[in-house]
Amino acid sequence: MNRPETDSRCIAQLPKDFRDGAEPVFREPWQAQAFALAVHLIDGGLISWDEWANALGDEIRCAADHGIAEDGSGYYELWLRALEGLVAIKELADTDELADLSARWRQAYEQTPHGLPVELVDVSRV
Amino acid sequence: MAHSHDDHHKVPADVALRVKALETALTRRGYINPDTLEAIIDTYEHKVGPQNGARVIARAWNDPDFKSRLLDNASSAVGELGFGGIIEGTDVTVVENRPGLHNMVVCTLCSCYPWALLGLPPGWYKSFAYRSRAVSEPRSVLAEFGVELSPDVEVRVWDSTAELRYLVMPQRPEGTEDQDEAALAQLVTRNGMIGTALL
Repeated sequence: MNRPETDSRCIAQLPKDFRDGAEPVFREPWQAQAFALAVHLIDGGLISWDEWANALGDEIRCAADHGIAEDGSGYYELWLRALEGLVAIKELADTDELADLSARWRQAYEQTPHGLPVELVDVSRV
Repeated sequence: MAHSHDDHHKVPADVALRVKALETALTRRGYINPDTLEAIIDTYEHKVGPQNGARVIARAWNDPDFKSRLLDNASSAVGELGFGGIIEGTDVTVVENRPGLHNMVVCTLCSCYPWALLGLPPGWYKSFAYRSRAVSEPRSVLAEFGVELSPDVEVRVWDSTAELRYLVMPQRPEGTEDQDEAALAQLVTRNGMIGTALL
């Protein structure tokens, strides 16, 4: 961390809408989806609240190591990292599968003509 | 058929693709249901927010019996206003500001917060600046929020956890004795219920 101390330590240095609490609940749809995925897994008992808070806390503590902002703006990136970590530990999905699906979603976006819904052609394929 | 680049969807950011991948993988294994995901998003975007906590505080100001139930067992008392059960497995404790005592809430570990009553936390609550300093130098943090307390006011800082989340009951503003619950609820702010503002 070679950021000036005041940037990360002082409330007054935070982005303005963070200080006055005027920011939207979710800035982008993926943040809402990542949020809901974790809450759904917790509600379903697949992850406990304690496990969740510890995993998220670990990611938040190491945010700077991954180059993620500590002023709160990188929060959902950390949230997603915590979610991916727990999903792997609990073997709810495996890492190769997720990488493959991510690549296929990218391809679907690239290849689907505008105006048609973007879908994976063969969702059940592992 | 060939398409020019502009005919196609914009490829989302890498983080968004990772989320799509998780959703697909967890759905096909039956761990999650896409309709439930939508319902969760709708709840947190539109249904829960500081207006819920404000109603609880206004009720407590106007109803001493409710107030004592709230301070005794908030998780059960907020159910009287229909706010129970949004988050299973988490408890809420309400701490009361009084003359000579100011309470404020932080989650030093991550971002634990009484979602059912306040919605999701503001950006600053999740910042390193707030989490790292609220416990060690609460008065300076309060000053940055424009809250100047007299030196003889005790400040208590409550560290929320995943299983126990705190909400501050601000002091009822003077001159509001005749106001009903709905009017009182309008006076209660989010920061007031976190303890980083006075009413």
